[in-house]
Amino acid sequence: MLEIIGLKVNHGWVRALQDISLSVHKGEMVAVIGSNGAGKSTLLGALAGLYKPAGGRILLNGRPVTGKPAEYMVRQGVSLVPERREIFNSLSVLDNLLLGAYHHYRALRDAVREDVKRVLDLFPALRGRERDSAGTLSGGLQQMLAIGRALMARPSLLLLDEPSSGLAPLVVREIMAALAGLKQTGMTIILVEQNTAAALKVTDRALVIERGRIVLSGCSADLLNNPRVQQAYLGRVRAVRPAAAL
Amino acid sequence: MDLSGQLFQLLCSGLTLGGIYALIALALVTTFNITGVLNMAQGEFLALGALLAASLCAAGASLPLAFVIAVAALALLGGLLERSAIHPARHAPGLIQIIITISLSISLRGLALLIWGTEPVALPAFSGGGPLLVLGAAVNPQSLWILGLVALAVVGLHGFFELTYTGKVFRACEINRTGARLVGINPAALSCLAFAGSGALGAAAGIFITPVTLATYDMGFLLGVKGCVAAIIGGLNSAGGAVLGGLLLGILEAFGAGLVSSGLKDALSLLVLMGVLLWRPEGLIGAVAGRKV
Ligand SMILES: Nc1ncnc2c1ncn2[C@@H]1O[C@H](COP(=O)(O)OP(=O)(O)OP(=O)(O)O)[C@@H](O)[C@H]1O
Ligand SMILES: [Mg+2]
Repeated sequence: MLEIIGLKVNHGWVRALQDISLSVHKGEMVAVIGSNGAGKSTLLGALAGLYKPAGGRILLNGRPVTGKPAEYMVRQGVSLVPERREIFNSLSVLDNLLLGAYHHYRALRDAVREDVKRVLDLFPALRGRERDSAGTLSGGLQQMLAIGRALMARPSLLLLDEPSSGLAPLVVREIMAALAGLKQTGMTIILVEQNTAAALKVTDRALVIERGRIVLSGCSADLLNNPRVQQAYLGRVRAVRPAAAL
Repeated sequence: MDLSGQLFQLLCSGLTLGGIYALIALALVTTFNITGVLNMAQGEFLALGALLAASLCAAGASLPLAFVIAVAALALLGGLLERSAIHPARHAPGLIQIIITISLSISLRGLALLIWGTEPVALPAFSGGGPLLVLGAAVNPQSLWILGLVALAVVGLHGFFELTYTGKVFRACEINRTGARLVGINPAALSCLAFAGSGALGAAAGIFITPVTLATYDMGFLLGVKGCVAAIIGGLNSAGGAVLGGLLLGILEAFGAGLVSSGLKDALSLLVLMGVLLWRPEGLIGAVAGRKV
């Protein structure tokens, strides 16, 4: 459903992505790993329409969407849960969710209410907090809200940028379980993670980005046992017993 | 008239004056929060609205009809100016954007001079009858109309931003622009609407004050500056702060002019502005009143 051909993105003089090619099938869940500054967030940002590519093409379901703005990409079914979450702090949790459905709010009013219920079922910890300001939530709940807000747009392609960053292991497990559940519903997901072990466990396929290029890709289970990946991203302790990492 | 009556009289004229400043500040702060642009041409919207309504009345239209047409025309003008002058410079630094709005203000004033000339024009008072006597002071009924418009604007805007989905879309955009874009909100479209709203509110304010002050092609300049001062006193980020800032400035001017010297009136607001900028650049009221972004 997603085809990226020779994608290049610059931030001013910084060449953040150079020649990225990748194709993702419907229902697949792909992990993107790599060290700080490798270009992971830039890749998701370019797919979500936040950054204009300097070269290359992006095709969504066969149609070119290269360089289209974020407003357009949401309507095409691409939703990003950004690294910094970017939730609406001084609005209530419920308002954040309703705003997530902005592009079809008027057309699907009743369905939107149903979707709110569905998000609260997915993240029961949010239940009872609907009237609270989003800014007063804990980091874990804010992350759940950010994911929930993205889901309210009914995406067919969900992009997640380090959803586990800064969160307690228990919360990370809850979020990863929710993502695994979403995958079961047939949603296509690209997951950027620093928590490599957790990411490789829930995904089908993974790619490693270094300095704006894909340096390694393959089946997640294989990468989990790949000595290079173990050394660079999993650390020695986890490399010995990868199963204990989650 | 005894001293307390005199003081009350000054308070009344201060509140009227302050109400006008509050309306301008309200429009300034609302657009600033949504678009990030401080619109120095806001005063011109008042002048054009008032002049247009006066011409329509002179041509035989009833006051309510003239009001509706002028407000609609200024909403249109506000939106058009945003599209043609602000939108193309949306990525430019804030200073450039302010300079653009200043040049808009100068051009609009020139346009008004060409069309209406230098002669002041009048509008009839909204309600007949002489001044009302309240606690020994003579209150112009038009003052009550002005304060009524302030109250209506505050309640209306508050209701819009707190209670309606569209209002929350605007707030989302001012709270977190990236977040807003990611849910599909187009900040550029909201910016256009915000300027249209400023145009409408400006025209309404201009028409409400004209029975008291008369309308001239250059009335917008000082009003715009005072509205800016009021908005900055209020901290530039809250509607409540803008209104309080406006009322405070109006009362200060009325008392300064009434008790010390009428020459002090316009100087006072600039002194207040300097004082606030030096002492509390974040605004006197912004931190406490209203919603903070
Ligand atoms: N807005 C920006 N302006 C300038 N340079 C940027 C910007 N965003 C990212 N960069 C640079 O682009 C490169 C790629 O950044 P990116 O954020 O995509 O990396 P990342 O893989 O997401 O890193 P992290 O793991 O720290 O989130 C880095 O060198 C970064 O410094
Ligand atoms: Mg990143």
